[in-house]
Amino acid sequence: MSQGVGVVGLYVRDQDEALAFYVEKLGFRVHTDVRNGEYRWLTVQHPDQPSFQLGLFAPGPPVLDAGTAQSLRAIVAKGAMPPLVLAVDDCRTAYDRMRARGVEFTQEPMDRYGTVDAGFRDPSGNGWKMIEARR
Amino acid sequence: MFCEVDYLPASQDPELLRRLLRAKDRMDANSHEAWPVRRLARVSGVSEAHFARSFKQAFGVPPHRYLLTRRIERVMALLRDTDLSITEIAFQAGWESLGTFGRTVRDVTSESPGAIRARWRVTARELGRVPACFVSAAHRPHLTMAVSEKRRRAGGGIKGVRSAQEVR
Repeated sequence: MSQGVGVVGLYVRDQDEALAFYVEKLGFRVHTDVRNGEYRWLTVQHPDQPSFQLGLFAPGPPVLDAGTAQSLRAIVAKGAMPPLVLAVDDCRTAYDRMRARGVEFTQEPMDRYGTVDAGFRDPSGNGWKMIEARR
Repeated sequence: MFCEVDYLPASQDPELLRRLLRAKDRMDANSHEAWPVRRLARVSGVSEAHFARSFKQAFGVPPHRYLLTRRIERVMALLRDTDLSITEIAFQAGWESLGTFGRTVRDVTSESPGAIRARWRVTARELGRVPACFVSAAHRPHLTMAVSEKRRRAGGGIKGVRSAQEVR
């Protein structure tokens, strides 16, 4: 596939912390990590999804002024960013593995509508639903 | 003295907000449990005095009212998705008295639990492609004022259309 969505970014409070979370706790891989002065373009990728990158961006200069960056950090910390969904083969197994690694779950796995879902947050406050793919 | 909200001071510390979010998440996960301020403050690692004010500033509603919106949302989901009796739903959602439950649901939604269930039985479907938790959130009541205040206004003659609008 050569057309479609390539990168979607999240705002995170600290890129090193986010990188450790998404790589070590969730099992993503680093795709690109490039710095240019204060700016750092950092994307990670799900191992099964090579056509998509998840950007982990820190709001701040030189792209954003300090006031805007502060507002964005507050919005992220309040959990007010849009929903994110991670599809998994087996929600309970993924839950056990991620929990053992210290992921902050907001909802334990729950049977609903013929599938299983759980909820977790990244350190910054971005909220994920983890939903077992229907077989 | 500033009364209630309207005047909002400069933005809150994101680190505090993240900890307040943790208390909100805990209410979300277990809305049927009792959540006195002391318990919530402990989750957030702030003093009780600081907690209620900070929570309201962050999320726009006092913590107990936020909890009520989540309980009502749960009630709506249980009415819609299960065949549990209304008594069972009341207890599962965290009410200890059926009378208080029925009155609160009517005050917030302008409908009785039985009427809500009957209406959904008719409309349902169509939402199958939206993840369940977001469907549920769509039915969370928007409580812009305390339920006691809604009740007072409804009782004071501001009935019908106007009070129905205030709920939504």
